[in-house]
Amino acid sequence: MDTLTNYLFVSVVLFSLGLFGVITRRNGVAVLMGIELILNAANLNFLAFARFGGMNMAGHVYALFVIVLAAAEAAVALAIIINIFNNYKTINVDEVSELKQ
Amino acid sequence: MANFVFWVIVGLTIGSAVIVVQSKKLVYSAYALLFTLLGVTGLYVFLWADFLAVVQVVVYVGGILVLLIFGIMLTNKITSVNISNTSVQKSIGSIVLFVFIAGLGFMVAKTPWASVANSEPIQTTETIGRLLMIDYLLPFEVASLLLLGALISATTLSRKDD
Repeated sequence: MDTLTNYLFVSVVLFSLGLFGVITRRNGVAVLMGIELILNAANLNFLAFARFGGMNMAGHVYALFVIVLAAAEAAVALAIIINIFNNYKTINVDEVSELKQ
Repeated sequence: MANFVFWVIVGLTIGSAVIVVQSKKLVYSAYALLFTLLGVTGLYVFLWADFLAVVQVVVYVGGILVLLIFGIMLTNKITSVNISNTSVQKSIGSIVLFVFIAGLGFMVAKTPWASVANSEPIQTTETIGRLLMIDYLLPFEVASLLLLGALISATTLSRKDD
């Protein structure tokens, strides 16, 4: 269990699943969940390299910044999704194709 | 024992991530995301990142996930549990999924990663605090400005126009 490649494989699977979600989901909130999976995979990579690179703490700081950016991104994205719902009565991203009503 | 726990956590993480992207019901996806995030937190603990593990629980599970569930509830009838959550382009998506897993997995397996000798766990919180206040002070301040701007813009965007 204590090898770098194990963590990297978990991260690869998480990233690919997140990408799959972003590609295939129609609901805007579900697309956002896929993005969260991708960000978690990146964070796992940062921490794995920090741990197996001799406890280099810069990786931890970068992971902290990623979490901060994810929080900001989720707040803005949900505000946009709620606005889309108020205008179109749907949040299926493939039906929201007009710029002007 | 630690080995067993590690693989259980890996299975929990990946299994619930599959449910997140596959489930037909959006609420189930949201709850599966909870278990994915908790599994990733467990992996952080295995990586000696205790501070980041706690931050992950507080920010992701306590903040972002609750925000996502609010988003689901505000954009649907609150009484309906079976909020539709269909998928499109599943064939193309599966091709991309397998190409990425195979390609990146091959890359991970074939790369000769530099092996650094295992060091003892250190005081992560103190070191992160020092790094944030000395080496990464400017990104830290920029991140705080960005959070403020993002939250103000989010509240402005979701207000009703009067």
